[in-house]
Amino acid sequence: MTQEPENPESPVVPEQDPGTGARGNRDATRPDDQWLRDAMHRMLTSNWLVTLLAIVAALVISGVLIAIADEDVREASTYFFARPLDTVSAAWNSVAGAYASLFRGAVFDFQAPTLARAIRPITETMVAATPLIFAALGLGMGFRSGLFNIGAQGQVLMGAAAATYVGITWSLPVVVHVVMAVIAAMVVGGLWAGIAGFLKARTGASEVIVTIMLNWIAIWLVTYLLTTTVLRQGGSRPISPAVGENARLPLLFGEGFRLHWGFLLALGAAALVWWLMERSTIGFKFRAVGANMDAARTAGINVNMIFVFVMVTAGILAGLGGAAQILGTDKTLQAGSAGSIGFDAITVALLGRSRPLGTVLAALLFGALRAGSPLMQTVSNTPIDIVLVIQAVIVLFIAAPPLVRSIFFLPSPDRPRRVKEVAA
Amino acid sequence: MKLELRGITKRFGDLVANDRIDLTFEPGRIHALLGENGAGKSTLMNVLYGLYTPDEGQILVNSEPVEFAGPGQAMAAGIGMVHQHFMLVPVFTVAENVVLGHEPTGPLGLIGLDRARALVRDISARFGFDVDPDALIEDLPVGVQQRVEIIKALSRDAEVLILDEPTAVLTPQETDELIEIMRQLRDAGTSIVFITHKLREVRAIADEITVIRRGKVVGTATAQDTEAELASLMVGRAVSLGVEKAPAQLADGEFTVSGLVVTDAVGRRVVDDVGFTVRGGEVLAIAGVQGNGQTELTEAILGLRTPIAGSIVLDGTELTGLSVNDVLDSGVGFVPEDRSTDGLIGSFSVAENIILDQHDRPPYARGIAMDLRVVRERSEAFVEEFDVRTPSVEAPISTLSGGNQQKVVLAREMSRPLKLFIASQPTRGLDVGSIEFVHKRIVAERDHGTPVIIVSTELDEVMALADRIAVMYRGKIIGIVGGDVDRDVLGLMMAGVAPESAEQEAAEHPTLLHEADVIADDQQSEEPS
Repeated sequence: MTQEPENPESPVVPEQDPGTGARGNRDATRPDDQWLRDAMHRMLTSNWLVTLLAIVAALVISGVLIAIADEDVREASTYFFARPLDTVSAAWNSVAGAYASLFRGAVFDFQAPTLARAIRPITETMVAATPLIFAALGLGMGFRSGLFNIGAQGQVLMGAAAATYVGITWSLPVVVHVVMAVIAAMVVGGLWAGIAGFLKARTGASEVIVTIMLNWIAIWLVTYLLTTTVLRQGGSRPISPAVGENARLPLLFGEGFRLHWGFLLALGAAALVWWLMERSTIGFKFRAVGANMDAARTAGINVNMIFVFVMVTAGILAGLGGAAQILGTDKTLQAGSAGSIGFDAITVALLGRSRPLGTVLAALLFGALRAGSPLMQTVSNTPIDIVLVIQAVIVLFIAAPPLVRSIFFLPSPDRPRRVKEVAA
Repeated sequence: MKLELRGITKRFGDLVANDRIDLTFEPGRIHALLGENGAGKSTLMNVLYGLYTPDEGQILVNSEPVEFAGPGQAMAAGIGMVHQHFMLVPVFTVAENVVLGHEPTGPLGLIGLDRARALVRDISARFGFDVDPDALIEDLPVGVQQRVEIIKALSRDAEVLILDEPTAVLTPQETDELIEIMRQLRDAGTSIVFITHKLREVRAIADEITVIRRGKVVGTATAQDTEAELASLMVGRAVSLGVEKAPAQLADGEFTVSGLVVTDAVGRRVVDDVGFTVRGGEVLAIAGVQGNGQTELTEAILGLRTPIAGSIVLDGTELTGLSVNDVLDSGVGFVPEDRSTDGLIGSFSVAENIILDQHDRPPYARGIAMDLRVVRERSEAFVEEFDVRTPSVEAPISTLSGGNQQKVVLAREMSRPLKLFIASQPTRGLDVGSIEFVHKRIVAERDHGTPVIIVSTELDEVMALADRIAVMYRGKIIGIVGGDVDRDVLGLMMAGVAPESAEQEAAEHPTLLHEADVIADDQQSEEPS
């Protein structure tokens, strides 16, 4: 027998434990929407490069659609085989024109006569991004804690309704009024989301289902309030009176711009969320529950309590988003005030990989698409729906990182997986 | 059928799992592949079974090169595999499981279950398996389920049978029966590949032994080599197989469980009227075959499960009804049996895992603000003390080997003053070096005066560590015996035989492994190595 003196601790093939055996009934409490969680996990672990490339790919694909939808291109293509360059140049003109007008509408209008008009688009982007930042920050916290909260829409709307109520019925001095309105939105948004957290902790109800249902309840509840009771303006339109002057979020750059303090609050919230997730014991618990619920429970973390906590925090942030939309931008509440903020926020959170900085950047991108699309439609005659296509294609690619990698010939980042996964 | 592997190399990224492996399996031989967890045995067998494509090298059947694109082709070529975790459908009968995937069909494509039954009866009769073709898998004991797997392989005319860690789930007596089956199959001309890391079994039955270490064949051995020789070949250095420990010095501290009943989701009593006492300074091992209530017992102690009756008292304090957090706070250290699921958070860093249960109290946190500097300093100290091999404390724990991961769990659980230490399967999946370390720390904790409970399905580990042994069978403690009990007695108790009759039976019918031991001991005493 020969012996080589070797160090037994140096790299070994990572092999799974020989047996896990019977695991008891704790598996029974595992959510059966595991596929959703896996998909979410994949989106969260995709890297920045993939995110960036997904955006690029989305712009390219949308460019193709813009060209196809363009009248000139279609006309030129009828004689494509005679003069192919006509089609190419028409396609180029349409795509370049559309994206240039999108840029002018969302970032910087280089054709504007005055400086104020030129920089106004970027402030519009920030205005549109503000509620998205709030709502997506909350959703991102949930995603990192293993909670797939679809309910930002309802939480935003309930927060907006609370802010509106305080804004139109109470009469308070300058700073106090807006602060009270904002606090009311936080409380109501938090409670609304807390319902889903409580039901999950108590009964194991899937937060996915519960939050979707709560969205509907919120929409029809607000419609009811707008048409019948306190929020009603009078007349037949379901729209509330404008909130009082004191309850409005002050503008940042005066009357010429719609940008308000809500944007700065959103940036502050992002910083706070970062600190909470990365530097506080609360965030440690959130992340532990999200990454491995069983290990968190075994380490003495009260997982059910964390579920409620996460949902309430997410609801507070979404409620703030609703407050910013009403007190800062819209001034009045309608059933459609939340627009698609709650759903766009899901995309924003995924695009920002649930990290605060990423979320802010992703919200600005979505804000830009929203702010720029009207000009794109009027100037270059591109249908406004193309913006929705861009958003959807981004999501599609983010959800399928291997697709992006194969398009751009990136190597797969997957480390050699556990050697025995097939046999075990 | 003669099966050869020539120069098989399999890489995963930078990692060479199999490095130019040459092996020949002759018909009518039992060929043991011996190696530690992670040595590459399973990768090699998965290559052989068509689950992985080798990067280099050839497989030859009767000197003809073959390529397997999947298990189907390997099976067609006469290779059968019995996986460590059985691939059986629990709600199907034996006959249905045996023909699953190549069902005999009659007219209109109906399954010919009669033919399936006949097939099972035929093979059972040929090798004396005693398996009822109409029994449901879920009603059968593990040993019989394994026989069903073997019948499944034989029914597809397997001439080479690969058994991957087949004894991991068996009691010693069941192991004995398996050995008998393997011998019969060998005598009938089947070539058997027996994958294991258990030295004792290898010596009892192998005709040839090949030792694999870190993806390479490092040598061959014979059944006449001693366990120490095999172990040092397997590990690459001299190892001490036993655990050195002084007799237990009983200290203050007492942990008592009495009348404990725990039910599972459907109301079965998985822990049934369990009671025992552990004193400070002694190790009580809870032995038993996997799935006899040990997991539920430890989870109930920790507060992860609520017992429906009984009490758990630590130094006069009742633990039932407390939250996990409170149980941990009252001085219980707990090493869960499945560290990757319950013990660690794979995506967290080493440091974060070390403070997992202490993260929200001083010195790691003030209020809700965590002090990352203290976290870093302390965890670096623990990494040093517990000899965790990691590039840094910031590295994700999932990049560490199993042994180092387990050291992190130990560091966490042993880093505060304990009044009770519970470890479930503390060395499962670890290499020999880490096993030595873990055992030493456990004995040190005992000598420190802490009551220690070890839950293990490995008889060797139980025998090595325990001062007293409680054997669990179907949720009950079948008996508590001294640490110096005979292996065979313990084995019979694990199969549900009461201690008194177990002693009698063991004396009358010693197992094969037991006899092999005695012979080996005689040899060793005659010619000391």
